[in-house]
Formats: sequence, structure tokens, C-alpha cells
Amino acid sequence: MTVTESVRSALEQDKVESHLNPVGSFDVADHPVPTGREEIWRFTPLKRLKGLHADAEFMPSATSCTWNTPAGVHIEGVSGEEARTLRGISGLVPNTRHAARILAEVPATLLIDVPADTEVSEPVVVDLHGEDVAVTEAGHVAMRFGAHSKAIVVLNHTGSSTVAAVVEIVVGDGADVTVVSIQDWADDAVHLAHHQALVGRDATYKHAAISFGGDLVRMDANVTYDGPGGSAELLGLYFADAGQHIEHRIFADHNAPHTKSNAIYKGALQGDKAHTVWVGNVLIRKVAEGIETYEENRNLVLTDGCRADSIPNLEIETGEIEGAGHASATARFDDEQLFYLQSRGISEKEAQRLVVHGFFNDLIRKVGVPSIEERLLSTVEAELAKNVLKELF
Amino acid sequence: MKLVITDLHVTVETEDGPKEILKGVTLTINEGETHAIMGPNGSGKSTLAYSIAGHPKYTITGGSVTLGDQDVLAMSVDERARAGLFLAMQYPVEVPGVSVSNFLRTAKTAIDGEAPKLRTWVKDVNAALQQLNLDPTFGTRNVNEGFSGGEKKRHEIAQLELLDPQVAVLDETDSGLDIDALKVVSEGVNRFRAREGKGVLLITHYTRILRYIEPDFVHVFVDGKVAESGGKELADALEANGYDKYLNPASA
Repeated sequence: MTVTESVRSALEQDKVESHLNPVGSFDVADHPVPTGREEIWRFTPLKRLKGLHADAEFMPSATSCTWNTPAGVHIEGVSGEEARTLRGISGLVPNTRHAARILAEVPATLLIDVPADTEVSEPVVVDLHGEDVAVTEAGHVAMRFGAHSKAIVVLNHTGSSTVAAVVEIVVGDGADVTVVSIQDWADDAVHLAHHQALVGRDATYKHAAISFGGDLVRMDANVTYDGPGGSAELLGLYFADAGQHIEHRIFADHNAPHTKSNAIYKGALQGDKAHTVWVGNVLIRKVAEGIETYEENRNLVLTDGCRADSIPNLEIETGEIEGAGHASATARFDDEQLFYLQSRGISEKEAQRLVVHGFFNDLIRKVGVPSIEERLLSTVEAELAKNVLKELF
Repeated sequence: MKLVITDLHVTVETEDGPKEILKGVTLTINEGETHAIMGPNGSGKSTLAYSIAGHPKYTITGGSVTLGDQDVLAMSVDERARAGLFLAMQYPVEVPGVSVSNFLRTAKTAIDGEAPKLRTWVKDVNAALQQLNLDPTFGTRNVNEGFSGGEKKRHEIAQLELLDPQVAVLDETDSGLDIDALKVVSEGVNRFRAREGKGVLLITHYTRILRYIEPDFVHVFVDGKVAESGGKELADALEANGYDKYLNPASA
């Protein structure tokens, strides 16, 4: 029996009684419309979702979608039978109504294909620009990265949309893949997204969720493993302004031995009723011996009137692991840091600016995509200009 | 510029209400002078340092502090630094994600009111780091993050040399240093003292550092004020006899 087979057979017996892992279904009828009292919905202001979580019509798209095609990558919109075969390729069995509806109802799929052994030299950038927030719509993206391929894909969301999306990512054995999703929406956008990755044997997967704009952004970034030795790094950076709801959830499902997950999400909040949510779910199944996981969420509260919820959940079904840990901290500016900087002549505002940039800098470097680093730094600067640094400008 | 501290009273907030820590400190540091303040733990030495720098934890309830003709107590923390005061801290604070070189350039720009000329600045920073035995890659590290105790203190003194204040307050800069690091740090302080008109207020628990930095005046600090002042021979007496005489006068 190969190792992979033994994992599969172990998985079949591995019935997990865990709220992290409710039984999924492709059948929309199996998913009642959420009321808001469910554990997975309790933080999300459903009214502002404009029915995306329920039965809003998926109208013809008002979001323009353009991309570059670096050598070695194949990108196209597919529909019909071809699109249907791509539904669930990441192993996703929907546990929400909107995900089930998307897989069942959305006519087309954007397919990004990187063949085995292909190294893509520049990032694939898919620009999704919303033109009409009154149009409720949904999308499905499938990314397939062949064995030992190497690529970076950036999903860049701008403009005004009301959109639900499922993004499925299959990382082949030994591949090295980075997927970055930037939510730089206009103030009125609503974005409900589920990203599901299947990480192959000894593969390296990095997912970065970066949320600045939008009235409501909720993104679930999930990972499972298709064999031992896979490694996932889940990064998040968000900046919530007055009235914004930004919710990030991760789920690292360690369903194979010797897999790794490392999550770092950092957020800043400013302005009245800025609300962020981070829920970090990690499940270590019985079969997942020798795994290593760490998750961390840090929030920096810049003004009064904000709320940051931060909930790490770690469920461990085997003790035979390398390590498992989590950290969560939500705080205002550290007075001692500000004093230290000010005692060197740096003004209070400038000191605050340094601290916020410093807070995000290491994370931006970890994203590791030089072509967007500069943009992220300047977006952080622009966010600061709205509040902390207002008097400087 | 002359630093004049007159009858300074300072309280700190405690669970039982405000507690007076400084009970009337009077001290003048003329241009070019180095004063050592020595005292037992809990005597209020560090409170004096932080009160001069303007730490918000301390409340000034009486007295005055002037630098030249400027009222230090009326200024914010950063204004004090720009007026020419510098505090080398006993426990420098980590600033995650902010590199030493970015920090130094930002501070220099704030103090001078204009950005330093890039070419000479890089040279100056490298020279300052090198003289303090700090690796050239030191500038890329985050401020005080993961620094050893000795690196933190050497970094403080590198700032002293680069920011070039009028009066430097050194709060237990010698604590936790091995003998080699102590020498390197002392040499840095002495280079600063050799500049025209610089004042130094050197706060220490031990006489050890005074072997390398020779003070013009020594003050014994007990229970929130200066108990005795003298020349460096006072430090020798403390070395021999300790603080018992001041803490427990009956037994002396």
C-alpha cells in the first residue's frame, strides 16, 4: 500500500465530530438560508449582504475581467460541461448555501492552468473591476497548478460589485504556488468569497488575503492536503475604516501527516463602527501525525469606536505532532513605543505612522510579490491619511 | 546649553493614589560638564531621567527644568528632543517592522528639521555603527527587536553620536554590559563629551563605568533628592563603603 492510499483509507474512517467540519453537500436544498445565529454567520451583518448568502439572483456579470498571460500559463473562461467538471476540483463540498449555489448555478468558470514542471516568471494578474453595485452576481474560478510548477496569481478586485465567489485552487505535488487576493474595492462593494485549496504532496502554497475597501468583505480561506509533506502559509492584511465590516476566516484542515500550516493575519481599524473579524480554525485529524501549525492574529486599534473580534480555534485529535500554537492580540498604540520614538525628536503623528508601517511591513515582505509591495505600502499610507495622519496633510 | 533643574517634585500614580518620588531635586549641568548621579535602587534616579525626557507616567508637581533659556517642562516629548535633550534608556523599546536605518534617518530629519544629505549620512551611520562594534547589517534589523542587552545599549550610544544633542541623560547605560561592551559604550560617550559644550548626566548604580567615563561631579541620590555632592572622590568612597551610610544613618 502506498502512503497516499493509507492516508485515504485512514480518512475514510476518520469521522470528525467537529463544528469546524460540518458535513457538506452539493445540493442547494441541503443548505437552509442562514439566520445569522449559526456559528459561522454570527459575526456577519447578513442584511448588508444583499441576499448573496440567501437567494439573490445571480445576474449577468457587471464586473469586467481582464488578465495578462505570461508564457506557460493558459487562461480562459469556460462554460457548459467543461465548467461543470471543474466544480469541486479542490475537494470542496460546500457547507454554505452560497457556495453550493455557485457550484450549481454559475454558468462559467475562469480557468487558470499551469502545466506540470512549468515555472511562470511573472505574476498572473487578474483584474476584476466592478461596474455596477446594483447587480448581484457570482463567479467561479479554478486554478490548476501541475506537479512541480511554480507560479504567482494575483486576483485584484476594484470598483463597485455585489459579488459572491468560489475560488478553487489545486496545487500539484511539489509545486510552489502563491495566490494573492486584493480587495481594494470602492466603499459600497459587497464581497462574499470562499477560497479552497488542495495542497499536494510536498507542495508549498501561500495564500494572501488583503482587504482594504468595500462595505462588507468576507473571505474564507481554507486548506486541505492531498498527501503528506504539504505546507500552507495563510497571510492576511486588512485595514477597516468607519462603517466597514471586514471578516476573514481560515480553516487549515490537517488531514495528512507531516503537513504544515502557518497563518498570520494583521489588521488595523480606524473610525466609528469599523469592524473586523478573524476566525482561525485549525483541525488536526487523527491521521495527521507529525504536523506543525501556528496561527496568529494581531489587530491595531487606531481610534475609538472600532471593534475587532479575534477567535483562534484549535482542535487536536492526535498528540503525535511537531507543534501547534496560536496567538491573538488586539491593542491600541503602545505608549512606550511612541515615547521611545518621540524621545528621538519624532512627532507623535510621525511616530504613529512609523509604528503602523512597521506593524504591516514584515507581513508585506512575507507576501513576497515585489510588484505589489510598493502598492500595498502606499495603500497603507493612504489609509493612514484618512485618520491618524489627517492633520499632517 | 546649560541644563538647570530646580526644586523638582514628581509624583507617580499608584493604586493608593499619587506617590511622591522626587522630593525637590536641584542640579545644574553647565556646558562641558559631566555629572554622575549614583544611588541605591528605588532612590528615584530613573524617575529623574524620565521626568526630564517627559514620560507621561510622571507628573511634575513642582519646580522647573530649563535648557538654555527654554522651559523644558512646557514642551512635548519630541520638542524636548528637538531642543537638544537626549535620553539613553535603560530598557530601550522594540519597534517591530521599523528598521534601524529608517528610524535613525527619521529621527535625524526630525531633529534637524530637514533630511540629512544622503551620501554623508550613510557614511556617518556606518561609521557610528562601526565604532560601536555593530555589524554593517545592523541598519536592516528592526529597532531593538531581538537585540542582545549589549546591542541595545550600543545602539543607544550610536544614536547619541548621530543625533548630537546638547545634553545627554544616560540612564544606567552600564547595566548588564560585560567589560568589553562597557569599554565600547564608554568610548562612545567620551567621543560625545569631547565635542564642544556638551553636558552629560550619567545615572548609575555602580562605580564601574566611572573608571572609563570620568565625571566632573558626583551626586549621591537618596530618597528622591541629592543627599551629597562632590568630586569623583565621592565615587571612590561609595566604592569602598556602599550606600549604607545614606540608607541607615544611625549605623554609620
